[in-house]
Amino acid sequence: MTAQAQNVLYVLSDGAYLSRDHDTVVVKVDGERRAQVPICQIEGVAVLARAGVSPELLGGLVDAGVFVSFFGYGGRLLARVDGIPGGNVLLRKAQVRASDNAAATLALARSFVIGKVASERGQVRRASRDGNGESAEVFGAAADRLAIFSRRALEADNLDELRGIEGGAAREYFQVFDRLLKTDEADLRFNGRSRRPPADPINAMLSFGYALLMRDCAAALAGVGLDPAIGFLHEDRPGRLGLALDVMEELRAPVVDRLVIALVNRRQIGAAHFRKFEGARWEMTHDGRRSFIAAYQAAKSDQIKHIFLEQNASWGLVPHLQARLLARTLRGDIIAYPPFQLK
Amino acid sequence: MLVLVCYDVSTVTAEGRRRLRRVADLCENHGVRVQFSLFECPIDQMTWLRLRHDLLQTMESDEDSLRFYFIDEDAKQKTEHHGVRKPLDLRGPLVF
Repeated sequence: MTAQAQNVLYVLSDGAYLSRDHDTVVVKVDGERRAQVPICQIEGVAVLARAGVSPELLGGLVDAGVFVSFFGYGGRLLARVDGIPGGNVLLRKAQVRASDNAAATLALARSFVIGKVASERGQVRRASRDGNGESAEVFGAAADRLAIFSRRALEADNLDELRGIEGGAAREYFQVFDRLLKTDEADLRFNGRSRRPPADPINAMLSFGYALLMRDCAAALAGVGLDPAIGFLHEDRPGRLGLALDVMEELRAPVVDRLVIALVNRRQIGAAHFRKFEGARWEMTHDGRRSFIAAYQAAKSDQIKHIFLEQNASWGLVPHLQARLLARTLRGDIIAYPPFQLK
Repeated sequence: MLVLVCYDVSTVTAEGRRRLRRVADLCENHGVRVQFSLFECPIDQMTWLRLRHDLLQTMESDEDSLRFYFIDEDAKQKTEHHGVRKPLDLRGPLVF
């Protein structure tokens, strides 16, 4: 693995067309040449518009191990193009065997849930330290309740119980989430998590952010030779990237939720960045998505400290580090998967 | 690391124009063109060795010249650009 997190090329303009010129991607929008990017400088291409990619370029990207993902408007993954699975067949078989083994599945699922609850708890604990009076108390109480969910996850002895604990913790966390948003815009309030359709702008932004994060996790997992579709906490379902969903659990709060909160509180995102459709369905506008992606990419180069590995890394590298830790767990080099945790 | 690649390729012959095209293609495959014969390549050591080898194989040392500048990562902050053709930042958000 290269030491630096590679960049992702995002296509947001309808009418864009990507083609190949030697080992570079040429980006044209409505026939006008906008950019030329070397294939070796990117690790993925994400198409979030009605745009095309030439067959020659698809071939070149696949040869270089670069994923191309096509998204629908709400951020749902429509299709992903990659080549013949590379990597280590022994590792892939270890993954399949673990997914058929109840004890191994439970142990991994437990790690993912514990990681997720710890991240949620970290978020509200920070808020309780920063907050004042009443708000600090509410966050402190929520953090205490989340700690109980963590302990219950440690003791859970079946998957159903674990999934129940995960859901309970998420409800607890999202109950205080609105208090983290410091805005006077009435539309930018959070009224509980809702998907398909997102019932408010904050939910639309969260869903969009999770879709980007899942894409990054899937690419990182495939990069170490794991199958992003064979999950542990998430049941196998055709078309669903179960393992990518598993690994992103612990990253939702510190990567996406934190970014959403920061963008709202810094007033970088406002109600004007959203549109309401029939049936109270909210979506980000073109400009909104552009600002969000720019901020998401920029946040990837922010440095953090990885507690388990005791090394500094950028946020963009975390899915890759976790994918490698997961591969080591499945190979039996480490006893249990250490979920990502912030200090 | 960041490598600045500059070149002069003699174009009096058809052979020279072919060499120029090949040098430019090699650079375009790895970095971003900042001026006509000047490229910035954010590149790792292994890839750089291969690119350097290919460039040296392509050039004609009694007619062309190549210069490589090895630059610290923070050189971006110490760089100013004026006028047209503002180059793409390959490390920044690539959103089109």
